[in-house]
Amino acid sequence: MTAPSPALSEERVPTFARGTRLQHDRVRDQWIVQAPERAFLADPVAAEILRHVDGASSLGGIIDTLTIVFDAPRDVIARDVLAMANDLADRQVLVWKA
Amino acid sequence: MTAVPPPPMSLLAELTHRCPLQCPYCSNPLALEPKAGELSTEEWCDILDQAAALGVLQVHFSGGEPMARKDLPVLVRHAAKAGLYSNLITSGVLMNRDNLAELSAAGLDHVQLSFQDADPQQAEIIGGMKGAQPRKIEAARLVVEDGMPLTLNFVIHRLNAERVPAMFDLAEELGARRVEIAHTQYYGWGLKNRAALLPTRKQLEDTEKAVAAARERFGNRMAIDFVTPDYYADEPKPCMGGWGQRFLNISPSGRVLPCHAAETIPGVTFPNTREASLADIWGKSELFQMFRGVDWMPEPCRSCDRKEVDWGGCRCQALALTGRADATDPVCRRSPDRGLVDAALSEIAGEPEAFVYRRYTTPE
Repeated sequence: MTAPSPALSEERVPTFARGTRLQHDRVRDQWIVQAPERAFLADPVAAEILRHVDGASSLGGIIDTLTIVFDAPRDVIARDVLAMANDLADRQVLVWKA
Repeated sequence: MTAVPPPPMSLLAELTHRCPLQCPYCSNPLALEPKAGELSTEEWCDILDQAAALGVLQVHFSGGEPMARKDLPVLVRHAAKAGLYSNLITSGVLMNRDNLAELSAAGLDHVQLSFQDADPQQAEIIGGMKGAQPRKIEAARLVVEDGMPLTLNFVIHRLNAERVPAMFDLAEELGARRVEIAHTQYYGWGLKNRAALLPTRKQLEDTEKAVAAARERFGNRMAIDFVTPDYYADEPKPCMGGWGQRFLNISPSGRVLPCHAAETIPGVTFPNTREASLADIWGKSELFQMFRGVDWMPEPCRSCDRKEVDWGGCRCQALALTGRADATDPVCRRSPDRGLVDAALSEIAGEPEAFVYRRYTTPE
């Protein structure tokens, strides 16, 4: 996991790149990310974040929601969300809406 | 083997063996299925539902040329409805703006487009089809224009290994998100043409360097899959992630196989979707249990600490080279049959032999 890029603004709106998506695997009861030629397991934290990626919510909005859901300090949630968004954008799972 | 196997992850749906190309390393069996024997649309839809219920996550529509099936958009739509991620493995030569738009609207997730070479003339010699390269390039453009992720697949052999750097250039130019540089595997057609196709060690090393350079150059912009020719390895590949562990292959006529070459295995009945459910075939059929796990293994596999790493290697390769499907993969340095692989390698010092095209009309 790379450190969050300082350039990653909370105003940015993430969305799944075409050909990638979050999916619940009913048979194994787990969340997975479907991508070209591979499916990888989303751990519970990743799944929780990715479930809020809807192409409309900004990173800041997702952080606000999760801060309430987890009743945790906002800066802790922000660190997790920004690091993960940065990593998944790097790996072409997430892209930024214009 | 009494333990319940894990559910399969992936289904290779070989819709047809019909194909306008004639690549001499085709992964289809030597005996090709006639159109009359192919499963119907309804049969495939039922298979897709069963596969999803069993735990399959991704379906790879393949062939032959899967776009030769007129019902492909129906099958893609059905797969999407069942929650399956759909991948089209195509030569691209039958693709046009209209049929791609139809597949896109049906929910196709990804296209893997094969190229025989970066050099158009050489590509068309290998594929045995004039005018194929411009059609493939047009297909790549249409996929990228649609916004769907695109993988370019190159099968590597003695006659094109030099051009791996040019293949990466082509992939970049066309906007591919993934590239597969996959050395030929030597069973079926590939084995028949091994003397023409097997690369030299120098060629292999050059392809390794080209792949390393491309990884450096593209970083995360392009995912690169590299498959080596295992004849040069000291240990076998974990073929299919283990027999009956992750992967299902269904032939055009409904035979269910642990890998696409498994129809060569003698002395076993091939289960068929027309006769049994996918769940029963996966869990209980003789074929899927035959080499599942480690109980079937001979020495030196049985006492080897890598037995659950490589699962004894490839059963079809063991069969093709030693005549015994339950032998240790002869690629392994510990195999008593390794000499068979070394003999093949020593034969490539001379001029490459001519190859035989895979022709749809030539039953073996």
